[in-house]
Amino acid sequence: MFSRVLVANRGEIALRVIRTLRRMGIEAVAVYSEADRTSAHVRLADEAICIGPAPSAKSYLSIPAVIAAAEVADVDAIHPGYGFLAENDHFADVCRSCHIEFIGPPVTAMKLVGDKIAARKLAQDAGVPCVPGSDGPIQDQGAAVEIANKIGYPVLIKAAAGGGGKGMRPAHNDRSLLAGLVAASNEAEAAFGSGMVYIEKYIEEPRHVEVQVLVDGEGNAVHLGERDCTVQRRHQKLIEESPSPILDRRLRDEMCRAAVKLLKSAGYVNAGTVEFLVDKNRKYYFMEVNARIQVEHPVTEMVTGVDLVREQVRIAAGERLGMRQRDVRLNGWALEVRINAEDPFNGFAPQPGRVDFYLPPQDPAVRVDSHLYAGYSIPPHYDSMIAKVVVHAKDREGAIVRMLGALDEMIIDGVQTNIPFQKEILSHVRFRSLSYDTSFTESLLATGGR
Amino acid sequence: MALERITELLKLMEQHDLTELELTEKDFSIRLVKGTGKHASGPATVVVSGGAHPGPGAAAAGQAGDAGAVEPGGETLDEGLTEITSPIVGTFYRAASPDTDPFVDVGSHVDADSTICIIEAMKVMNEVKAEVGGVIRKILVENGQPVEFGQPIFLLETSGG
Repeated sequence: MFSRVLVANRGEIALRVIRTLRRMGIEAVAVYSEADRTSAHVRLADEAICIGPAPSAKSYLSIPAVIAAAEVADVDAIHPGYGFLAENDHFADVCRSCHIEFIGPPVTAMKLVGDKIAARKLAQDAGVPCVPGSDGPIQDQGAAVEIANKIGYPVLIKAAAGGGGKGMRPAHNDRSLLAGLVAASNEAEAAFGSGMVYIEKYIEEPRHVEVQVLVDGEGNAVHLGERDCTVQRRHQKLIEESPSPILDRRLRDEMCRAAVKLLKSAGYVNAGTVEFLVDKNRKYYFMEVNARIQVEHPVTEMVTGVDLVREQVRIAAGERLGMRQRDVRLNGWALEVRINAEDPFNGFAPQPGRVDFYLPPQDPAVRVDSHLYAGYSIPPHYDSMIAKVVVHAKDREGAIVRMLGALDEMIIDGVQTNIPFQKEILSHVRFRSLSYDTSFTESLLATGGR
Repeated sequence: MALERITELLKLMEQHDLTELELTEKDFSIRLVKGTGKHASGPATVVVSGGAHPGPGAAAAGQAGDAGAVEPGGETLDEGLTEITSPIVGTFYRAASPDTDPFVDVGSHVDADSTICIIEAMKVMNEVKAEVGGVIRKILVENGQPVEFGQPIFLLETSGG
């Protein structure tokens, strides 16, 4: 087992990973930018090293800076968290060449699943249903039009090299297709360094359901059920829950097995998530693989009782999976709400600033993953998520009621947050009655909540 | 926060023989601590939060305020010296290789382009330049020691400002 691990991240996830490392008796090394000098994860770590100025490119995204810190601190492994370098296969490669284990999948698997087009092929070969699509990058306009008409409009143009909504354009006819191709390609080039795009059928009234999988170095794999992340705004998840309220046992089984099969066929090791879209007819389609621990992993932890970070560390250290599929049980219902420092009444503009007073909810069935403390100044250089509130209850209704109560109790003074907006979503009749899809928040905002 | 204001506060401290003064206003706060001989970065440490970069302001305040450095014994005053900080995280080396002479010693004259040390990061030997001209007065890190980004590594007496 490792004796020292460096956490190449910041904020709530760095804190959360350090917490598990310490519980495992592993020394935790934190890295931080100058803007994060007073951050909670720096305080909790056994050792902390300043690696650069505030801009991510010069600190958290700087491979030389992170590796130099790892060497200086003489660590055995690096946990990359999510975002930043977590899915950077070059970084993983450099780590291992420097004899520092990267807590994540092998480089070959990362490359395979990171390429959207290759991942699609992988899914098809594994017999996992895919959204009808171009099966490869779009070479020219003529081919695009032909494919789009064959698939049938509406279609979605997507970037091969990235996600998060960038480089994505819907098209309803040949004209909007041609315009969309240029726009998507340019955006993709700027965001991911590659203007390659592909086309997929645009799924109507989609729900986003993802499956958590763990694979050890010997190829033993289990799934830990699914998470439903349908409530999103601009492709950023806002609310996640486990289990998904729209899956029956048969569908759950099928999707979870498909996820495991897909990852195994990619030679994947460690924790990974397979994302699916489920349409209004309960047909599921493979979307992509997230080769990292995810923001919303706590909902899976709450229903299964498994510490996912702990499993990641164990697998990376060469240990065998400590559970069989039959040992995995999903109990009750978990719900997570992301709290962002943003102004919901001003286009969700990020709101850096000083948190004067902070009091998290005290309900014992509520888990809060946050790096906030009274007096903490939220720096403007990073994303605006400042806390995740996660609740567990016997059923969905109970979880919603518990979450509303937790959000009522939560006090974050000094900055605007999206808590009022989240409460509105949770209280909405459409959320309670499951009559919503990924476009829900947009319609809520457009109609002013009614 | 205007420099005059800081100077005023320092005068106030001196007048009333205060060792520490903290002032918090709407959008900034400042804490002034009178240095003793051990903390060699100037007679008064200025910590300003609320966005202001404490760099040059602090050094100037230190000189202008003259809140009185308490110097027991004959310790060297570091007043007026410029800090050179590490531009990257890594391992500090005083020379290009174990067999060659250090780039600089205490008393060495340097100009902006002079290499003063090497910081090794990921097997890459990064040459660090002085960036300002002057005389090396103190070397703050030992050869082979790790340094963080922003960590002070040399104290330099600038030549003519």
